[in-house]
Amino acid sequence: MKAGVLRERSGALLLVLPVLVFMAVFFLWPLWAMVTAAFVDDAVSKVLPRTAASIVSWNGQGVPSEAAHKALVQDLRAATDEQALGEAVRRLNSAASGFRTLLGRTIPAVKAASDPAQVDLLAIDPRWKDTRFWMALKEAMPPYTDRNILAAVDMKRDASGSIVLEAADASAHRLIMLRTLLVAAMVTIACAVIGLPYAMLAASLTGWKRSVLLLAVVLPLWTSLLVRTAAWFILLQNEGLINRALQAIGLIDSPLPLIFNRLGVVIAMTHVLLPFMVLPIYSVILGIPRNLMSAAQSMGAGPVRAFWRVLLPLSLPGLLSGSLLVFMVAIGYYITPALLGGANDQMISSVIAFYATGTANWGLAGALGLMLLGVTTVLYTIYGRFSTSPQVPGA
Amino acid sequence: MFRAIQITFGIAIVVFLLMPIFAILPLAFTSSVFLNYPIPAYSMRWMHELTTADVWRTSIVNSLIIGSGATVFATVLGTLASLGMRSGTLPMVGLLRTLFLLPMVVPAVVLGVGMQIFLVRLGLASTYLGVIIAHAVLCIPFVIVSVSAALQGIDPSIERAASSLGAPPVTVFRRVTLPLAIPGVVSGAIFAFATSLDEVVLTLFVAGPNQRTLARQMFSSIRENINPTVAAAALLLIIGTLCLGGLATLLRWRQKRSALETAPSAI
Repeated sequence: MKAGVLRERSGALLLVLPVLVFMAVFFLWPLWAMVTAAFVDDAVSKVLPRTAASIVSWNGQGVPSEAAHKALVQDLRAATDEQALGEAVRRLNSAASGFRTLLGRTIPAVKAASDPAQVDLLAIDPRWKDTRFWMALKEAMPPYTDRNILAAVDMKRDASGSIVLEAADASAHRLIMLRTLLVAAMVTIACAVIGLPYAMLAASLTGWKRSVLLLAVVLPLWTSLLVRTAAWFILLQNEGLINRALQAIGLIDSPLPLIFNRLGVVIAMTHVLLPFMVLPIYSVILGIPRNLMSAAQSMGAGPVRAFWRVLLPLSLPGLLSGSLLVFMVAIGYYITPALLGGANDQMISSVIAFYATGTANWGLAGALGLMLLGVTTVLYTIYGRFSTSPQVPGA
Repeated sequence: MFRAIQITFGIAIVVFLLMPIFAILPLAFTSSVFLNYPIPAYSMRWMHELTTADVWRTSIVNSLIIGSGATVFATVLGTLASLGMRSGTLPMVGLLRTLFLLPMVVPAVVLGVGMQIFLVRLGLASTYLGVIIAHAVLCIPFVIVSVSAALQGIDPSIERAASSLGAPPVTVFRRVTLPLAIPGVVSGAIFAFATSLDEVVLTLFVAGPNQRTLARQMFSSIRENINPTVAAAALLLIIGTLCLGGLATLLRWRQKRSALETAPSAI
């Protein structure tokens, strides 16, 4: 009997193992790669190991010792991996502008020299007298950094190493995070205000009327997100159906600005996320015994009172899990704000995408992504507690 | 009075939900170069553009290649995992299930950044295999949800009956369990394909210009230079997903009916 259980268990394990390996390699590892990208900073120390060892003793006063110069020359002569060298140059140039041209002149000269012991960096370029460049070099040496995670919340380390706020006009990550939360909250409220009565209405109806109401929720869910976003683009644009209709009935003279602003983003996101609100509320209401309302009324409560004291409190769990779900999905939204929003409506996902694909600044993209992932994880955990089935409905 | 408000509200929201989908479709047949109403005349011009212009045609082919690849990966892996998690003998099954469903929850952009860094290191960035793997990660949860539901609907007494009549475990699986689970597997595969078809964000991060999918091409077209080809592509996608959705619903309905027939007391 025991051997049988064991065999069954190892059989089950064998079946699960392929997915487990696949998910570990292609899901967990990439997430881990993103997290480490935010903290690992070894582009420079990998290429210039001798300089790293030698510059540690430099105290930041004056030009570093002759030994550090020698180490740098040796490192630059030994650096054959063009890609790694390019990474290092980019990293240094972002710390001290001008480093790219400085190294652009230094590297060929150092490599061309016949005797490395005779190379004089100051003779190649007088800028090597500038402690700014040596400081950048020293600061780029530790293999781990909190630079990205600080930059993600608009902070940095000053020359003395203490954490200070970034200049107000230099960075806007906090603003964008606040905006992300604000837009997500607006969408959640809009979905709740529409979704709660809609779900109640659907639950109170029977037959084809209920089917129509539910179909209207499920059909968009089955339609491609790109199609829905393109459709809102068509409806909201200045010559779009909505503006045309409003002008035709004489409500407005000139087109209302509905697209490339906050309003357009909120309208389209509400449309996309409304099913995630309606379906949980609907399933909760269906579980409420129908005779409760009539019982309340038979005991003298008016319809409003019966609604307020009986139906509404009982449907709150659905409202709560729907709201959590909508909010959680909304903060990570990318496509709709990217296509329907203006420059001032971009949410955190757009910024992450910009750093990752636009400037290949994976460190900062990773740090911002880590924050988004953290908030989502917290919300999902709360959602899992409140909802009996921790699955995305309609999936 | 209250009734009238209810009816108006219901109709208004139904219109809000459905209007965008129906508004875009006729524009696939406009003759104008602008993507708006009124339609001056109907023509097949943009449908023609969609099927002949290089960027669009390649993107359709890419969507089919990548969608099929991701579907095969996700269906095989997801079905195996569902079978393994079914018996209940595995320790920490709840944790495993949560892990397998996580790709639905993690923001696409976050997964995209990680996937990009990881695939570049592996040398799989901007390759078909890389995009297929990335899509498969997103599709696996849908397969697991669907197949697990189908397996849950199977009455264990049928399998017990088969083995008490002398069928060895392999025969029980092949002749009883698998045929009953097949509708769930197929609808899982359909969900997987539809997910891959509609995926943009991961594709944005991991695909090169040669792996542009239809959804990705629509994204850049809306962003850069919107024209009625987008509506034609939308029509194609809607017809595609509606066919897939109809098929999945049909299968689910048949599954429910067969479950009713085999175990009337369970429902």
